[in-house]
Amino acid sequence: MKQGKPHKSLYGVMAQFDNPSQLVAAAKETYAAGYRQINGYSPFPIEELSEAIGFRRTALPLIVLIGGILGGLGGFFMQYWMEVIDYPINVGGKPFNSWPAFIPITFECTVLVAAFSAVLGMLALNKLPQPYHRVFNAPHFALATRDSFFLVIESKDPKFDHDEAVRFLKTLDPREVVDVEL
Amino acid sequence: MFWFVGLIPDFATLRDRANSKAFRLIYGLLAMGWRGSARHWHRYEMAYLLLAGLATPLVLSVHTIVSFDFAVGIIPGWHATIFPPYFVAGAIYAGFAMVLLLTIPLRKIYGLESFITMRHMNNMAKVMLATGLIVFYGYLIEAFFGWYSGNHYERFMIWNRMHGPYAPYYWALIFCNGLTPQLLWFKKIRANLVLLWIISVIVSIGMWLERFVIVVTSLHRDFLPSSWGMYQPSQWDWAMYVGTIGFFFALLFLFIRFLPMISIFEMRTILPAAEVEE
Repeated sequence: MKQGKPHKSLYGVMAQFDNPSQLVAAAKETYAAGYRQINGYSPFPIEELSEAIGFRRTALPLIVLIGGILGGLGGFFMQYWMEVIDYPINVGGKPFNSWPAFIPITFECTVLVAAFSAVLGMLALNKLPQPYHRVFNAPHFALATRDSFFLVIESKDPKFDHDEAVRFLKTLDPREVVDVEL
Repeated sequence: MFWFVGLIPDFATLRDRANSKAFRLIYGLLAMGWRGSARHWHRYEMAYLLLAGLATPLVLSVHTIVSFDFAVGIIPGWHATIFPPYFVAGAIYAGFAMVLLLTIPLRKIYGLESFITMRHMNNMAKVMLATGLIVFYGYLIEAFFGWYSGNHYERFMIWNRMHGPYAPYYWALIFCNGLTPQLLWFKKIRANLVLLWIISVIVSIGMWLERFVIVVTSLHRDFLPSSWGMYQPSQWDWAMYVGTIGFFFALLFLFIRFLPMISIFEMRTILPAAEVEE
């Protein structure tokens, strides 16, 4: 691999660490060194890690809020349409739009659509299901769901240079540094 | 859905630990390609938090609405405004009793003492006591309503419940759900797993009796004497009932056999080794 050229055949370089403290420290240093297209892999959620790789905001709460509002409005106006427009029945002289009676279903629809938005929104933002991903090619990566911690500098990072990235990761005291093929 | 989302990271662990191709494939499909990415975890935790927040009021609404199904009926014994809070408390009460009923033997058999600690047991017992008191208050207030309403039918309903042909069921209910949980006031009893298990069995029977008393004793003496009758479960009723319990346990044992009983990744986060040292 020649220096300074874009790496068409490489997804990135991956360093393996033994514990979360090492991974977070390494991620912080990598970010400080100017790399932005980096990602950590761990067997359990590490709050400090997403901060360390510069990932703080997610649109998920907004998606859930919109889902909830749409669900609530949809639930209410579904009943309104049924009771007032499509098939009005006079029940004991009560108004057709007896909104207090619509509240339970409105509430249920709000929660239902908000919950679906949370799950499907999370999966969509994470681009799951995605049975195949390049990082699975890395040796020992199966340990990422057990007891090992990984840091990847992706080749799409503007600062990425293979030899430089490998040299840099090796200074962070990893167990091993490997290339991830594209 | 909530349950499945909670299992996704554990499916990934099972996929990576599977030692046969079939299991690898099945768990792999269920894990949907989970790879423990930090960005994924961040969104995942957010989704899980939001789901938990959405599910909590749902518990209240589900049981409130189930109780409305009774309360809109004009039958004395069903037509009661006390039903929503008392059904919600009853659901939590019965739920904790069922969790204790299943957890105590599983914890012992699989040696989960260090995951499900005595503190958990103690707290579950306390929740059971608190919700049990609300339920008992519901029973008392139902009787009070019957008397205070001055309504002939309401009064007869409650009198008939206590002294009529189904009286043994009513008093068994008071014993199971009103008196037995009072034992949980004592710390020694909360710390004794055998007693706690027996209490949870009695409470589960009590909750079954509660439904029986509400449904059957209210219906068997209706407004019209021509619709009066007695209900005896037939052998098919019993077979159906026992069958549902069997079906529940079959699914439960399959779950224990193939899926993690305790969330693996959540247990990892509380390990001392999971602390991030700055």
